[in-house]
Amino acid sequence: MRQIFAADESLSWVRADFEAMASSASLLIFRVQSLLGQVVPLRHRSVVRRPSSAASGVLACGVEAAEATALAVEGLTLAFGGAVAFEAIDLTVQAGEIHAVIGPNGAGKSSLINAISGLYAPQSGSVRIGAARFSRVPAHRLAALGVARTFQNLALFKGLSVFENVLSGLAGAQRAGLAAQMLGLPQARREARAQRERAADVIARLDLAGVADRPVGTLPFGVQKRVELARALVARPRLLLLDEPMAGMTATEKAEMSRFIREARESLGSAIVLIEHDIGVVMRLSDRVTVLDHGRRIAHGTPAQVQANPAVIAAYLGLADEPEAEAA
Amino acid sequence: MNPDLAFLVEVIVGGLLSGVMYTLVAIGFVLIYKTSGVLNFAQGAMVLFAALTFVSLVERGLPFPAAVAATLAVMVVVGLAVERAVLRPLVNQPPITLFMATLGVAYVIEGAAQLAWGTQVHGLDLGIDDTPLEFGGVLVSLFDLFAATVAGLMVALLTLFFRYTRTGLAFRAVADDPLAALNVGLRLPRIWSAVWIAAGIVALVAGLLWGARLGVQFSLSLVVLKALPVLVLGGFDSIAGAIVAGLIVGAAEKLAEVYLGPFVGGGIEGWIAYVAALALLLIRPSGLFGQRSVERA
Amino acid sequence: MTTAIALSAKPRNLSGPVGVAVLLATAFGLVPLVGSDYLFEAILTPFLALALAGLGLNLLTGYAGLLSLGSAAFMAVGAYAAFNLSLRVPGLPLPVSILGAGLVAAAAGLVAGLPALRLRGFYLAVSTLAAQFFVAWALNRIGWLSNDSPSGVINAPRLVVAGLSFEDARGRYLFSLTVVALLTVAAWRLVRSPTGRNLVAIRDQEIAARIVGVKVARTKLLAFALSSFVVGIAGVLWAFAYLRTVEPAGFNLDRSFQILFIVIIGGLGTLRGAFLGAGFIVVLPLALSRLGAVLPGDGFDSGTLEMVQRIVLGALIVAVLIREPAGLAALLDRAGRRLRLPA
Repeated sequence: MRQIFAADESLSWVRADFEAMASSASLLIFRVQSLLGQVVPLRHRSVVRRPSSAASGVLACGVEAAEATALAVEGLTLAFGGAVAFEAIDLTVQAGEIHAVIGPNGAGKSSLINAISGLYAPQSGSVRIGAARFSRVPAHRLAALGVARTFQNLALFKGLSVFENVLSGLAGAQRAGLAAQMLGLPQARREARAQRERAADVIARLDLAGVADRPVGTLPFGVQKRVELARALVARPRLLLLDEPMAGMTATEKAEMSRFIREARESLGSAIVLIEHDIGVVMRLSDRVTVLDHGRRIAHGTPAQVQANPAVIAAYLGLADEPEAEAA
Repeated sequence: MNPDLAFLVEVIVGGLLSGVMYTLVAIGFVLIYKTSGVLNFAQGAMVLFAALTFVSLVERGLPFPAAVAATLAVMVVVGLAVERAVLRPLVNQPPITLFMATLGVAYVIEGAAQLAWGTQVHGLDLGIDDTPLEFGGVLVSLFDLFAATVAGLMVALLTLFFRYTRTGLAFRAVADDPLAALNVGLRLPRIWSAVWIAAGIVALVAGLLWGARLGVQFSLSLVVLKALPVLVLGGFDSIAGAIVAGLIVGAAEKLAEVYLGPFVGGGIEGWIAYVAALALLLIRPSGLFGQRSVERA
Repeated sequence: MTTAIALSAKPRNLSGPVGVAVLLATAFGLVPLVGSDYLFEAILTPFLALALAGLGLNLLTGYAGLLSLGSAAFMAVGAYAAFNLSLRVPGLPLPVSILGAGLVAAAAGLVAGLPALRLRGFYLAVSTLAAQFFVAWALNRIGWLSNDSPSGVINAPRLVVAGLSFEDARGRYLFSLTVVALLTVAAWRLVRSPTGRNLVAIRDQEIAARIVGVKVARTKLLAFALSSFVVGIAGVLWAFAYLRTVEPAGFNLDRSFQILFIVIIGGLGTLRGAFLGAGFIVVLPLALSRLGAVLPGDGFDSGTLEMVQRIVLGALIVAVLIREPAGLAALLDRAGRRLRLPA
C-alpha cells in the first residue's frame, strides 16, 4: 500500500487552488485536442481535476499513485445478511486500461461493480478512485469523481429521447442554476450549447444520430445498450464501469460495441472495468483480466496468463455451458 | 384509584380499543399489499359499501343472519370484480399506477353504494348496549369492548389461516417472493382472487363495527384515512405491524387529543397520527415491522 | 414509476408556435368579446384555476414521479397567504401579494416534501396527506389566518391592478387567463431546461439519475417547491377570481383528488394534459346534467347527479390507466397524426 500523507490545512488549500488552475488549463488542452481529433496522451489527463480531499472520510494519497491508478479496490468484502457476495477482492486498474472481470454466474461481478459505484455498502476493505479513498463510495459524488457506468439491465430514462438521455449524462457537470436556465441567461445558454455539442458528438461517434430524437424506450435492446454507453461517455469519465454491455447482442453488434469501447479508451484515456461473458470478446478487448468465482478472486493477469491458469480452467470446465446460458 | 390516574387509564384503554378498530381496517390493506403490492385505497369505500348494503337489507325486513350472508355474497362479488376488471389488466404496472386505479375504484364504489341505497344516514344496531362498564374506577364502553373482541377474533382467524392452511401458506409464499411462488407452481391469479375476497370480508366486519359506532353514511369511507397512519407506522406489509401500530395510534391519538388538544384548540386527531407516524418513519424508513427492502440497481 | 407515465415526458409543440398564437389570440381577443357572464363565471374561470393547479401537480407527479395527495392544502395556503398579504400590508400591489402567496405555498411544499428525502412511493404519498389535514386544521383553528372570521371564511380582496379593475366576470376571466398564461410559459421553460430533464430522470431511474450526477434530494425538494408555488397561485385564482368567498372546507381531500384526476385524465408528464383534464372535469358535470334533462322521467336530482358523476369519474380514471396511461394528451396526439396523415 502507498504511503498516505495528511497535508496540513493551509497547504491543502494552496494545492487545491493549484489543482483548479491545472484542471482548467488541462481541460482546455483536452478540448482543443479533441476538437482536432487527436488522441489525448494519458500523462496529460491524469493531472486533470482531482477530487477534493476535504470531505470527511476521504484520505489524500500520494500524487504518483493518482497519476496512473484510476481504481484500486483493496480487500473489499460484501455480504447481504449471511450471504457473501464477494470477499477480500483486490483490483487495480490503470488509466487507459481495459480490465475485464469475468466469472461464472453468481461469482459476484455485478455486486462488485455496484459496490464500486456506491450502490452497495461493503463490510470491509476500501475503494480508491483517483486520489480519493472510501470505505463506502458516495454514489451521488460518482460523477464529480469522474466515474460513469452502465447497468446490466439498462437504466435509461424511458421518458426522454436518445438525445436527452445522452445530455443527462452531463447532469453532474451542470453549472447554470435554475433561474439562469429558465430566464435563458447567457451563461446558461452557452452551457446548454456546449452540452448539446458534446452530446451530438458522442451520438455521432456511436452511430446513434439516426435515432437521436426517438423516445429511448421504443428502440431495440442492443441500441438501448449503446445509448447507455453514450450517456456514460459524454461525461468523459476517467473511470468507466461497464456491466455486461454486450449481453443479449448478436456477434455483429458485439464487434461494434467492442469497437466503441476501444475508441472510447483511446479518445478519452479512460480506465475501463468491463464485465463480460463472451470469453472471445474478453480476450480480444481487454488488457488485463480478473477472474472471480464464488465471490473470490481466483486469477488475474493478462488474457493469455488467465487463459492458461488451471484454476480458471477448472472453474469454467465445471460450468462449461454457463456463460452461454447467462448471456442469453 | 386516584381520579387523575383513573382518567389517564380510561383515556389509554379507550384509545387502545379504538386502535383495534383501526387495525381491522388496516388489515384489509395489508392483505392486498402483501400479495400484489397494491395500496388499495378503495378499502374504505368497500367498508362503506358493506355497511350500507347490510343496513339497507335489514331495513327492508331481512333477518340479521340473512342480511349478513347476503352482504357477504355481495362483498365477495365486489372483491372479485375489482380484482378481475381493474387489477388484472394492470398487472406489472408501477405501484403508483395501481394505487391511482384504486382511487378510481373507490369513487365508483362510493357512487354506486349511494346511488343504490341512498345518501341518508342510517343507524346500525348490533344489539350491543353502549353502557359504560366500571373496572375499579375506570369506565370502559361495552360496545368498544365488544368491537375490539370481534376485531381481535378476526385478526386471530386470519393469522391462523395463514399459518396453517394450504391457501394461507401459498399466500405467504406469494407475499415473500411472487416470482419464486410462480416457479413452484402456485397460481397467482387464484391467490389474488382469494385475497380480494378476504379483503371484502374484512371490509364487511369493519363496516358493521364502524357503522354501528358512527352511523352508516358517506363519511364511513373515510375510515381509510384512519388506517393510513397505522399502515405507515406498522409497515404496509405486516399484519403484526398493523396490530401494534393500530394500538399505538389509537392510544396516542386519544392521549394527544385529551392532554395536548386543549392547548392548541382541539381537533388535532385529524393529523396527529400522521405526524407521529412520519416522525417515526424518519428514524425507521420501513416502519415498525415492514420488511426493509434492499436497494438494487 | 416508469412505464405508465414514461410515454410522453417531452411536451410536443402544441401544433407549433402558430397553434399557440391562435389559441392565445382567441382566449385574449375573441372570447372576451363574445362570451357570456355564465361562460366566464361558471366555466372558464374555474377551468383556468383548476388547469393551473393541475399544471403544478403535474410538475411534481407527472414529471418528477412524486405522488401528492395534498394539492388542495397548497391551494389553501396560497389563497390564505394572498388574503393575509393584501389585508395586512396596506397598499401592496395585487401581483406582489400573489407572488408572495406563491412563495409561501412553495415554502409549505418544501416542508411537506422533506420526508421525500427518506421516504418514497406510498409512504411519501401518505405524508402529503398529513399536509392536507394539518393545513385544514390550522385554517380552522388559528383565527388569525382568516382574520378571526367564523369558521375560517375569507372574502376576496378587490381585484385591481394598477388602477384597472378586474372585478366583473369578464375581468376575472382575463385576470386568471393572464396569470395562467404567464405561469404556463414558465412551466414550459422549466420542463425543457436541464432541471426539467433531471425531474424526469429521477422519475424514470432514480439510481441512474444519482449516478450521472443529478442532485436527487435537492431536485426532489425543488419539485415540491415549484409545484406548490404553481398550485398555491392556482388556489389564489380559485379563491379570488372564481369563488370570491371561500372556507377551508373548500380545499378538502376531494379537491386534492380532483386535481390528481385532472392530471391523470389529461396526461401525466405533459403540460397540455392539465388543460385537457381540467376542461374535462369542468365540462363533465354540465354534460351529465344536460344528459339527465333529456332522459325520460324527472331527470337527475342533484344527489343522483353527484353520484353518477362520481361513478363516471372513477370509471374513467380506471379506464384511462388501463387503456391510455398517457391520457387525453396522447389521445389527441394520435388523432392529430391520423388527421394529418391523409394530407
